Amino acid sequence: MGKSVYARIVASRIRSQLAYPVSFALDVFSQLLGQSMELLAILVIFTQVTSLGGFSAGEVVLIYGLAATAFGLADLAVGQVEALPDYIRTGELDVLLLRPLGALAQLLSADVQLRRVGRVAVGLVTLAWALRDVEWTPLRVVVAVVAPLAGAVLLSAIWIAANCVSFWLVDGREVANSVTYGSDFATSYPITVYGPWLRRIMCFVVPGAFVAYFPALALTGRPDPLGFPDAVRYCSPLVAAAMVGVAALVWRTGVRRYQGTGS
Amino acid sequence: MIVETEGLTRTFVVARRKRVTAVEGVTLTIAAGEAVGFLGPNGAGKSTTIKMLTGVLVPTAGRARVCGLDPVRERRALARRIGVVFGQRSQLWWDLPLQESFALHGAIHRVPYSDRLDECVELLDMTEFLATPVRQLSLGQRMRGEVTAALLHRPELLVLDEPTIGLDLASKERLRAFLADLVARGAVTLLLTTHDLPDVERLCRRVVVIDRGRVLVDDDLAALRARFGGAREVVVDLAEPAPPLTGLPGVHDVTVEAGGLRQRLAFAPADTTAAAVIAAVAERAALRDVAVVEPSIESLVRTLYAG
Repeated sequence: MGKSVYARIVASRIRSQLAYPVSFALDVFSQLLGQSMELLAILVIFTQVTSLGGFSAGEVVLIYGLAATAFGLADLAVGQVEALPDYIRTGELDVLLLRPLGALAQLLSADVQLRRVGRVAVGLVTLAWALRDVEWTPLRVVVAVVAPLAGAVLLSAIWIAANCVSFWLVDGREVANSVTYGSDFATSYPITVYGPWLRRIMCFVVPGAFVAYFPALALTGRPDPLGFPDAVRYCSPLVAAAMVGVAALVWRTGVRRYQGTGS
Repeated sequence: MIVETEGLTRTFVVARRKRVTAVEGVTLTIAAGEAVGFLGPNGAGKSTTIKMLTGVLVPTAGRARVCGLDPVRERRALARRIGVVFGQRSQLWWDLPLQESFALHGAIHRVPYSDRLDECVELLDMTEFLATPVRQLSLGQRMRGEVTAALLHRPELLVLDEPTIGLDLASKERLRAFLADLVARGAVTLLLTTHDLPDVERLCRRVVVIDRGRVLVDDDLAALRARFGGAREVVVDLAEPAPPLTGLPGVHDVTVEAGGLRQRLAFAPADTTAAAVIAAVAERAALRDVAVVEPSIESLVRTLYAG
């Protein structure tokens, strides 16, 4: 059978989206525009101030580029998880459980949205522009390549875990949405702009600081204003792996709970 | 045995500290090649039982084995060996042409499916709309597609939950004829839930009636009929109120409504015919309107309770 069944499912999704090219182009454009507006907002702030949380415009744009690329990739890969609350509420999850495949993989592949490449494009362009000032070392090359991927995995895991709230709460959607879109906003700025409590949450609880802030420190080589040891800024892949473990556990517990609740 | 359950029980927490028992101590065995009608009023526990048999729900107590597997622990392996259609829920991809949905199903199950598909397409007369996106299909067309998708991987057990709900008569009949043929050939074991007694009469020799989570009856359909009459009803609207029209030949029960203007006359098809009953009524009273009512599952269950 060669081609994996998921490849076939995703290909069928993409074909159906490309069936209406004008509407698809408009979708991509609106994604591009949405993401660019956020970048514009940062640039507007820097017409009024010279630094944000102790970081220069170039550094903040680097953080933003890393975060936007990670967010775009994660959104492309697992954005469909935001449909989970509906699957649970309507009992549509039953249909996935009746197929000889993993329910999560089916959920994620069920409605991949190719228009989300718009966000990835903005992120990559911004990132490329921000990286032109980096003094390159072999280690920094690795960080520049790995950080957006690790960030995407980390965000994906956080979103999956957050959407699993719906297994327990009838109206879990709002919680999940605030984590998903909150993580976009929160990871796009240096964490030094936030108060100490939010900073601690982003380092240790929902580890968004590992998406862009710490990798950006690794790329610029500047000392951490918060005084974390240097090793921390290279830990994003480890944190992402740990978060994947957490998400897998939460998902599995959630499905068991669903099988225990019924519809 | 294709299905074996013992004391299968399922409770739900509906509010704090309040548990409702949806299924209680269901013990059931279904042999390969059987066709079983699974009947009961809404909320009787039919769907809950089916979900436990297919691995969607975990039983609170008791055990189930389907195709020799533990449905929850071996959900994926079981999914390869059973086909399930929930009438109210689609397993097709709504924006894909029907045939692409079938191709994905084939890929998901990793089996060659073209022989089975050709057979279904022919018998269910689907050629015309194979290239139509599922969202544009009529309910009857979609249901034929659903049943086909559930059969592509040649499952040992086919579970149909309300497959004819909402279908027009012609679509119902086509689907029933197809399933009847499948069962007659011994191609699959069938477990069918429905509210539609003609579905059961056409397809199933054995009937399991469940109510309030318990198995009320598990018997041959013919035996059930013999025991409970399988009553049909002639409903007559009279021009003038009349006293109950008792004593008509073959009529074993008369119910009076609207002060005698409407009367329900129950009879067993073995004893008399609707025409004979109507003729007998016409001799005794002036008729305004007449209807012949087939016995519903609900009335059958009511009879079971009364008896």
